[in-house]
Amino acid sequence: MRAIITVIGNDRVGIIAGVSNILAATNVNILDITQTIMQDVFTMITLVEISKCNIPFLDLSERLENKGVEMGLRIQIQHEDIFNSMHRI
Amino acid sequence: MLRPFEIIETLEMIEKENLDIRTITMGISLRDCCHPDINISCQKIYDKITRYAEKLVITGANIEKEYGIPIINKRISVTPIALIAESCDSADYAKFALAMDRAANTVGVNFIGGFSALVHKGYTNGDRKLIASIPEALSTTNKVCSSVNIASTKAGINMDAVAEMGIIIKKCAELTADNNALACAKLVVFANAVEDNPFMAGAFHGIGEPECVINVGVSGPGVVKCALEKVKGADFGTVSETIKKTAFKITRMGELVAREASRRLNVPFGIVDLSLAPTPAIGDSVAHILEEMGLEKCGTHGTTAALALLNDAVKKGGVMASSYVGGLSGAFIPVSEDAGMISSVECGALSLEKLEAMTCVCSVGLDMIVVPGDTSADTISAIIADEAAIGVVNTKTTAVRIIPAPGKKVGDIVEFGGLLGYAPVMKVNSYGSADFIKRGGRIPAPLHSLKN
Repeated sequence: MRAIITVIGNDRVGIIAGVSNILAATNVNILDITQTIMQDVFTMITLVEISKCNIPFLDLSERLENKGVEMGLRIQIQHEDIFNSMHRI
Repeated sequence: MLRPFEIIETLEMIEKENLDIRTITMGISLRDCCHPDINISCQKIYDKITRYAEKLVITGANIEKEYGIPIINKRISVTPIALIAESCDSADYAKFALAMDRAANTVGVNFIGGFSALVHKGYTNGDRKLIASIPEALSTTNKVCSSVNIASTKAGINMDAVAEMGIIIKKCAELTADNNALACAKLVVFANAVEDNPFMAGAFHGIGEPECVINVGVSGPGVVKCALEKVKGADFGTVSETIKKTAFKITRMGELVAREASRRLNVPFGIVDLSLAPTPAIGDSVAHILEEMGLEKCGTHGTTAALALLNDAVKKGGVMASSYVGGLSGAFIPVSEDAGMISSVECGALSLEKLEAMTCVCSVGLDMIVVPGDTSADTISAIIADEAAIGVVNTKTTAVRIIPAPGKKVGDIVEFGGLLGYAPVMKVNSYGSADFIKRGGRIPAPLHSLKN
């Protein structure tokens, strides 16, 4: 199963490290990372494979969210299907 | 691979434009809960609802977190209680409402609909008892919603029921006078009621429905408004196309959630209802969409045409996105639940008469209208009759949810709180309709040829 992690906020040192440390610790594989500035806001979008994740999805979601709070960013993980349903036929 | 702008677009719809799943509603048949002893019947109802809906709220909450889409309400609709209660020998049907309320509290849903009767052609004994017990049922419970279907295109309008509902609404107002007549906000009088509507207060589980079903209502007036802001000044072809594309995206998301909820609960998926259902929150208003089209204020000349276009385009976009679109699907125009409607009434742009015209082309009818406390039962019945006539002749669902707020006068503000919002008291025509309502009987079904 794949999910999308979005990081939105002000650019700073250690964003990728912060997110990927959590992912490595929970056995989540990163498939793709893109980062861009959209409407003056730093946006990082990461596609991940979560089938082998060693903690429940909701716990992973909470860890990422807490990391976001710690770094002054908004970090969110969502099942990929929500975007596919809206943008792909 | 999804493109970043697509991901950001979805996130913005949810965070800035108030896109949400308005409700996951589980429809439950209670047809096996009849019993001559009312207490046993009530117990069966409680047991069945709590068994079927045990995991509804937690499942909804999990989907919400995993997909990152807010699911505002989890609700239950049941078989019209008049059909179930009829087998018991007691006339005290309010007991059934108490059982429903208890069940709703146990499973944690915020409303349960189906304290209902279908009397469009006439009353059975059970219908009569149920309608008589509505005021008590709605004033002694918190979560129970009630509806009565008094007309249909095939049967005509049951004017005896129309007359009675005026009296029932007044009683509901009196019994909850100290709470701004809140009972009236939980009571809908329908013409051509639909069997799979997931929205309250009018939801019930129709007799053609399966044992148990999941229906989902999506919403997103804010998303449509924001999409229209990007095509300022464009012609109506573009306006319609923009609304269709937006409705398509919203509905696709609704179908995903509906199918996921149905899979996890092991209950068949029924329909997606793609209604634009406003809330009093800023940026979640249907009136503001109409104003975005170029009207200075919702309610002015041109409003009916704008609403007709909106309602039609929403349906067209939605039916492309899901094969199972149903319920009321379209644009709701409740007054108290829509910041733009409230503002239009306050400044005098929107009258009851214009709202009635708008109901000819919107998805339902006169919804959450507050009128002076001294409005007579006959006048309320006459308002219901007018609305039913629109539904019956135009083969559409119409409804009346009207609140004659005790002690309130035109211009006063009545506060309901939460999603029900607040509304200014609207002026009703001061001339009487008593002799018209007193006639009783049935207005025959309309002719379906010679259309003009």
